[in-house]
Amino acid sequence: MTAPIAVRTNRLTKTYGTKTAVDDLNLTIFDGELFALLGVNGAGKTTTIKMLSCLVAPTSGDATLLGDSIVSNPQAVKAKINVSPQETAVARNLSVRENLELIAGIYGFDRKTSREKANDMIAVFSLEEVADAKAHTLSGGMQRRLSIGMALITDPRILFLDEPTLGLDVLARRELWSVIDRLKGKITIILTTHYMEEAVALSDRIGIMARGRLKAAGTADELMRLAGTDSFEDAFVALATDQEVISR
Amino acid sequence: MSATLVFASRNHKEILRDRLNLMFGIGFPVILLLLLSAIQANIPVTMFEIGQLTSGIAVFGLSFISLFAGLLIAKDRSTSFLLRLFSSPLTSSNYILGYTVPLIPMAIGQILVCLITAVCLGLDITVHVLTTILVLLPAALLFIGIGLLCGSLLNDKQVGGVCGALLTNLSAWLSGTWFDVRLVGGWFEKLAYALPFARSVEAGRAALAGDYAAIFPHLWIVIAYAAVVLIAAILVFRRRMNGDKT
Repeated sequence: MTAPIAVRTNRLTKTYGTKTAVDDLNLTIFDGELFALLGVNGAGKTTTIKMLSCLVAPTSGDATLLGDSIVSNPQAVKAKINVSPQETAVARNLSVRENLELIAGIYGFDRKTSREKANDMIAVFSLEEVADAKAHTLSGGMQRRLSIGMALITDPRILFLDEPTLGLDVLARRELWSVIDRLKGKITIILTTHYMEEAVALSDRIGIMARGRLKAAGTADELMRLAGTDSFEDAFVALATDQEVISR
Repeated sequence: MSATLVFASRNHKEILRDRLNLMFGIGFPVILLLLLSAIQANIPVTMFEIGQLTSGIAVFGLSFISLFAGLLIAKDRSTSFLLRLFSSPLTSSNYILGYTVPLIPMAIGQILVCLITAVCLGLDITVHVLTTILVLLPAALLFIGIGLLCGSLLNDKQVGGVCGALLTNLSAWLSGTWFDVRLVGGWFEKLAYALPFARSVEAGRAALAGDYAAIFPHLWIVIAYAAVVLIAAILVFRRRMNGDKT
């Protein structure tokens, strides 16, 4: 039986002047799936995330997230999603706990529930030792974990992670991978990355974007078969550069 | 707690925890008040009598509120924190109120610090002191509005230049605190009275002296400026919020 659809885009397009950032994107992501958008810088991944999270309006086309349109009903979409932006987005002078409670409060949780949920996130992301430290004193990896915790504390049904491990060292990256891996299956996660090994290690399916277009989508094995290569890197290069659009 | 209050509480904490800015913002006007009063004690100058000086220093001190507000918004914009919030269900009125509400008690606190220092330096405690706080409130809203506007338009370094240097100098030189702008006359006097800084100081001086009739028309002009600047700040912030959506 196929899982219900979490995200469906219909000819989603964004242009800035004469530049087309996202071109005619047709994509289906299933509920509970971890879907990675993989591409080099400027491929259109972040613009896609910004449109799906209602930060940027599409130039044409539409997308529905759990049945609500990003064009006609963005407030309903915003209540169901959360975003961890590419740059770490935390309140610098607030402690870890205060940052988490802030976001819970903004999404309408009362003070007691916010505190309980903050404690849960602190445990999930192993932030106990720095719970009362100001956010600006944390390492890059810790700040990124907090940033994702702030996105998760609202119980989003769809979570967007934009380049979650960008700029992290290998240990911090592996730690974050294990956190993301634990979330798999519980909520729908859409992750953008330009690290191939990250997409392969974490995702149920991968969409390869290049020059604003979705070139192919499928599991890592399916993409390698499609490209006729033995390594995923070769498959990515082949699909991102030469192949026709094959979206699923 | 409503989303606005939650956001306002965060902004309140962010500003209060920036100790260096806070100490400078409150400390500098107090030091000026003490210094100019000391000069006045040795070389009597009518301008520097405590009844004349207090209102001017209080208005000058409010320019630091613009700096606090502008820096907070500009930093939120530059660090993607605002991007995160823009994807939340917060509305534009939640943002505007959330940034404005915590600054009002801070501005009143800053005026109070100036008045308490002035009382220590010999200002009589009368009901006029309370009236002065009320009369300076529109000026406080004006400076908050300037901060919101600058923070929405500029990056944090530019806010430091515009609010930290330009605005503090404008509110000092064109306020009639350090010298009587009428003595300069000409275009300088016209400019000073076309802007709200000297008007705020004159209204405050009149209130402190108990000359309530003289508060006007200065206060009306300050209120008009405050209204225009706040409306402009709201429009610019909303445009920023929806900037990419067109």
